[in-house]
Parts: sequence; C-alpha cells; structure tokens
Amino acid sequence: MSEKIKVRTMAELAAEGKEPEILFWVGCAGSFDDRAKKITKAFAKLLNKANVDFAVLGTEESCTGDPAKRAGNEFLFQMQAATNIEVMNSYNVKKIVTTCPHCYNTFKNEYPDLGGKYEVYHHTELLQSLLQEGKLKVEGGAYKGIDITYHDPCYLGRGNGQYEAPREVLHQLEIDIKEMKHHKENSVCCGAGGAQMFKEAEPQKEEIFVFRTREALETNPKVIATACAFCNTMITDGVKFFNKEQDVKVLDIAEILEQGIKED
Amino acid sequence: MIGQILFTIILLVGAGYFISNIQKAIRNIKLGKPSHRDDHKEQRLKNMILKAFGQQKMFKRPIPALLHLVVYLGFIIINIEVIEIVIDGIFGTHRILSFMGGFYNFLIGSFEFLATLVIVSVTIFWIRRNILKLLRFQSPEMKGWPKKDANLILYFEMVLMTAFLTMNAADYKLQVLHYGHYYFKQGIVGSFPISKFLYNILPDNPESLVLIERGAWWFHIIGILVFLNYLYFSKHLHILLAFPNTYYAKLPPLAKFENLESVKKEVALMMDPNADPYAMPVEEAEEPDRFGARDVFDLEWVYLLNAYTCTECGRCTDVCPANQTGKKLSPRKIMMDVRDRLEEVGKNIDANGEFVDDGKSLLDYISKEEIWACTTCNACVEECPVENDPLDVIIAVRQYLVMEESAAPSELNMTFTNIENNGAPWQYSQMDRLNWVDED
Ligand code: SF4
Ligand code: SF4
Repeated sequence: MSEKIKVRTMAELAAEGKEPEILFWVGCAGSFDDRAKKITKAFAKLLNKANVDFAVLGTEESCTGDPAKRAGNEFLFQMQAATNIEVMNSYNVKKIVTTCPHCYNTFKNEYPDLGGKYEVYHHTELLQSLLQEGKLKVEGGAYKGIDITYHDPCYLGRGNGQYEAPREVLHQLEIDIKEMKHHKENSVCCGAGGAQMFKEAEPQKEEIFVFRTREALETNPKVIATACAFCNTMITDGVKFFNKEQDVKVLDIAEILEQGIKED
Repeated sequence: MIGQILFTIILLVGAGYFISNIQKAIRNIKLGKPSHRDDHKEQRLKNMILKAFGQQKMFKRPIPALLHLVVYLGFIIINIEVIEIVIDGIFGTHRILSFMGGFYNFLIGSFEFLATLVIVSVTIFWIRRNILKLLRFQSPEMKGWPKKDANLILYFEMVLMTAFLTMNAADYKLQVLHYGHYYFKQGIVGSFPISKFLYNILPDNPESLVLIERGAWWFHIIGILVFLNYLYFSKHLHILLAFPNTYYAKLPPLAKFENLESVKKEVALMMDPNADPYAMPVEEAEEPDRFGARDVFDLEWVYLLNAYTCTECGRCTDVCPANQTGKKLSPRKIMMDVRDRLEEVGKNIDANGEFVDDGKSLLDYISKEEIWACTTCNACVEECPVENDPLDVIIAVRQYLVMEESAAPSELNMTFTNIENNGAPWQYSQMDRLNWVDED
C-alpha cells in the first residue's frame, strides 16, 4: 500500500484562492504517534478515494486543549482554543472532520461558546455518510468469518451519544459485531481519558486497560475495533499484557474500512 | 379531648421542625455559586418525570428497581391514609372517610396489600445489604453511620407497615364485636384482606383490643412524623430532592464541560494586545472569582443539591473504572464528602450566625489521590439514578489544584508545558506535524 496520499494544506489552498469543503483535523496523536499515524493515513486514503475536497492545517495545527481542560488547566485550554479558533476562522473553516473523539468533543461542544462555530464530524460519521451516498463502495464479504468486537470511546459514545455510526460502517462490511458485556452507554473506559494518558496511574490492583481488554478478549475476537487513537494504544497494550498480539489485532474503523473497500 | 389536643401539638411540632430543617437544607444549598440551569424547561420537566417519578434509570437493574418501586409507591399511597388519621386525630372522629362506602373499602384493602408488599421488599433489601453483602454496600465510605442509616430506614418501614396492619386488625375485630364507636350500623367498614389473618392472634377482650388499636394508631402517625424529620439527616432526603435534582441535572452531551467565565475574561485580556488591564469596570475588579473549588462555597449550588440528593446507592462507584481497578477514587464518596463538608459548614453557621473560618475545606475530605485518578469517562454520571454529577465536582477541584495551587502531578505539568510550547502534549515539534504524509 504505497500509493501516494494526496494531502493539501489550508495555507496552500488559500494561496491559490481556494477553500476546501472540509478541514481534516489530524490531532496530536494522529500527527505524532506511530500507531495513530497509520489511522490518519488510512482515513486520508479513504478521503482521497471518495474524492472529498479536504485540507489539513499541517504545521498550523495545535493541541485543542482537551487534555489541559480535563486536567483542570482551564486557562491553557482556553488559550489553545483561542489560538485554534483564530487560525480556523482566518481560513473561513465551516466543517471539520477528525479521527479523535476528544478533538471532536471540544470542537463540537466547547469551542462554539468561545467563538468557534463549526459543523463537526467524527471520521466514523463522515465514513458512514460517504458509504450511504455511494461515494465509497465496499467489497462484500471481505471480513467473512472474522470475529470483531467494538470498543466505544467514552468521548464519542457516552459523551456524545454516537454509538451507531461506527457500528453502521462495520455492518456495511457485513460484519456481525460480537458485543462486549459492557457496550454503548455502559461501555468501560480504556483508561486514557481525563489526561490519564499523560501520567502514571494512582496505586491500584491493575491497569484500566487490562480490565477493559479482558472483557474484549472474552468475546474471542480476531479484531478489536475502536474509533480513537488513545483507545487503540490502551487496548493494544492490553492485548500485549495477555500475550495475544499474535492472535488479536486492534484496528481503527477507518483501517478496517480501508482494507475492505472496493477498488475501481 | 386531651388526645385531640396532644395530637394537634405533636402534629404541629413535627411539621414545624420538618419545615425548619428543609429551610436549613435550602440555606446550605444556596451557599454555592450560581448555576445556570434555567434553560430547556420542557426537556428538564420531562427528565424529572422520567427519572424522578418514573425512576427510569433504576431499571437498568430490574430486580432492585422493582422492589424499590413497590416500596416507593406503597409508601406514598399508604400515606393517603394519613389524611384520614390527621382528620380523625384533630376532630376525635373515627374513620371519617368511611362514608365513601365501597371505594373506601377498596382503598383500605389495597393499602393492606401494598403494606404487605412493602414489608416483603424491605426484607429483601435488608437481606441484600446484610446477609448477601452486595459489594457496592461494603465500600469503606459505607462504614459507620451510612450503613446504620440505610438499615434504620428499612426497620422504620417494616415497623410502620406492621403498625398499620395491626391497627386495622384490631379495628376489624372490634367492629365484629360491635364494640363502642367501632361499631358501624352499615356493617363492616373497610376491607381487611391481610389483617383479618391476625384476627385469632389478637386477644378477645375488647379493652385490650382498644389499647392495641389506639397504640398502633398513635405509633403509626408519630412514626410518620419521626420519619419525616429523620429525612434531613439521612440519604433518604432523596425522596424529596430527586425531583429538583433531576430537573436541574446536566443535559446531554455529557462530555461537554462548561467553559469557566472567570478564565474567559483573563484569556480575552491576554489575547487582545490593546486591552488595558486597568480599564476593567470597578465592580468586576472587586473580588476575583477563585478558579475551581477548594470548598463547598466554590461549587455551583447544583452540586450541593446533588450531594443532599445522593442516595448512597453506589451505582456510580460500581461502574467507575478507577474504582473497579482498585484505586481509591469512589464517585459516591465524592458526593458524600461534599455533603459532610456542607453539613459541617451549616453547623458552623448555626453556631456562629455566619460562617467563621474553621481552617478546613473540602480538601480535608477528598484527597489528591482520588482527584487525579478520574478518567472523566462519565460512567458515574450516566449511571446515577438521580442524575448526580460527581465528575464535575472532581474537575472543579482539579481546577483549583492546578490554577490556584499549581499542584498538578509533575507529569501533567510537563504535559502542560509541552502543549504551551509545542502545541502538543508530547515533546514533538509543531513543524513536524505533517511528516506522516510522506513517511511509510
Ligand atoms: S468519570 Fe471519573 S469518577 Fe466517574 S466513573 Fe469515570 S473515572 Fe470514575
Ligand atoms: S451519586 Fe448517584 S449513583 Fe452515586 S451513590 Fe449517589 S445516588 Fe448513587
């Protein structure tokens, strides 16, 4: 899969006097984390395939401030928000899509009040509508017989009520999801949220990711699907903890779809 | 006559003390900062009807939900009987509402069935707590008073219901015996599907029967008054406060955190190079808001209402990923701590006329270890049957620790520095943000 990804930046387009239809907000994990970068690429390829008119901010992108806000540093959060809003408004951004549920939540719910009003999509939502509109077509049966379970990211699911879009994408691929005991609004956190990703855990019996992965593994999956780079990291660690990395893959919805897409 | 006077006095004292306690609770709740929850009235009303009246969230766990519904409905419906008791008590009448005839019989009969169901449910609750020892009732914060409180209420309900049935049984027997004013010309008044089984256990001597009937009658009404006055000191305050609490609850999306107004002002000043920091209106410059919460005064009043409403059921703690993996954090304890501190502040005000600094704060109740263990996953908020929000309290305390005391864990301070300097929580250069495109 070494096909070239076509990505333009907002600045390049602006220099040509153009505005894309939608901004792809890559996010910090998506830009820097090796595992998450693969998700970013898979999603960018899908955007290319669907001929979506998009651009990224590239070096003008900065942290949304989510980890700061959840860690109580409201000041830093609002500074980040102000900077980002200034940049996005200067490019006249109307729509945003992002692969990170945390970025998604801050844009959708917390930026409007600070002057950043956009139409915000999580990548699973956009993928769902691209499939619906026929802009992406799937190869039926690519996942036949492969058992897949889906982990709801807190900030997408319980936090924003979006349980269906990621599941719908999997259904389009004719995947029958084997649900975990706790899913949708009862889903259990992967352990990364609330800035936990960036600090050691408090004294405990076990890591939250171990706790959550145990439940995922109880469904005997070949693939644990998720829709957040942080969940992906955590559950990948969990799978390693149980020495299952040979048998179980942890994949993003975008990666699964990208592998099941029909080439024309 | 003496009985009537005594009854009226007891009734007035009971009701008066109850009202003064409720006023105290309201005063304490108002110690909090303003909450802006006057929007979406229709949605809030609907929420209240579904969650408080309909107990919708309880039904995530059907068995306790059903038992709880029986006790709740039973208790409320049977208390219709209190109307009659009050009228009889004040005017010295007996079964004044019996003129309703068949309907009256139907009411009394259904009360008896309900009372029996309540006794059964309450017994099962007691067994779950004390014999089966359900895990969520065994946490450290449930030791001592909270455990006693829970059991006391169960005993209360058992005794009250038993008194009600005993009263009816003795009354019934006296009616059959045609004794004194218990005798109604029209025949048996009321229907006694359950208490009639006590007929043979009761003595045959009418004087003893009257004593039992009167005793149970007094016990029942005094019991209810005591119960009413006990509420304020108990987790059972939720039978009243669940209504306003679900009305003012956070509306979805749950992941949305409000942006602090006090910070907005400062950021606006920082971002606007032309702003003159000394040009602020005088009244705003007076007392700067504290960032976040160090004490109950710094929390919005909704969270103080939350604390009074908390049923101590522990459903939040049961689903908390931090707690489930053995960390010290328990969202139930957070709510209980807020209430305990609020009570302490309230007593302080009672004693001194106004709050006198006692050198304590909420942070003497809640430790940093608890505060930093939260993943902000919202599981507790989603689960709470009365729609409490322990997460927002946790965040408010974090805000205080970070912005007022610079007391974040050191790794988080590093994260903050990274975000400030490189625009990412890690130490990567912002200039490398687009590298993924060409990497393989
Ligand atoms: S939001 Fe925090 S306190 Fe509530 S369940 Fe999640 S980790 Fe526990
Ligand atoms: S906060 Fe809600 S769920 Fe938690 S103990 Fe109190 S009432 Fe129960």
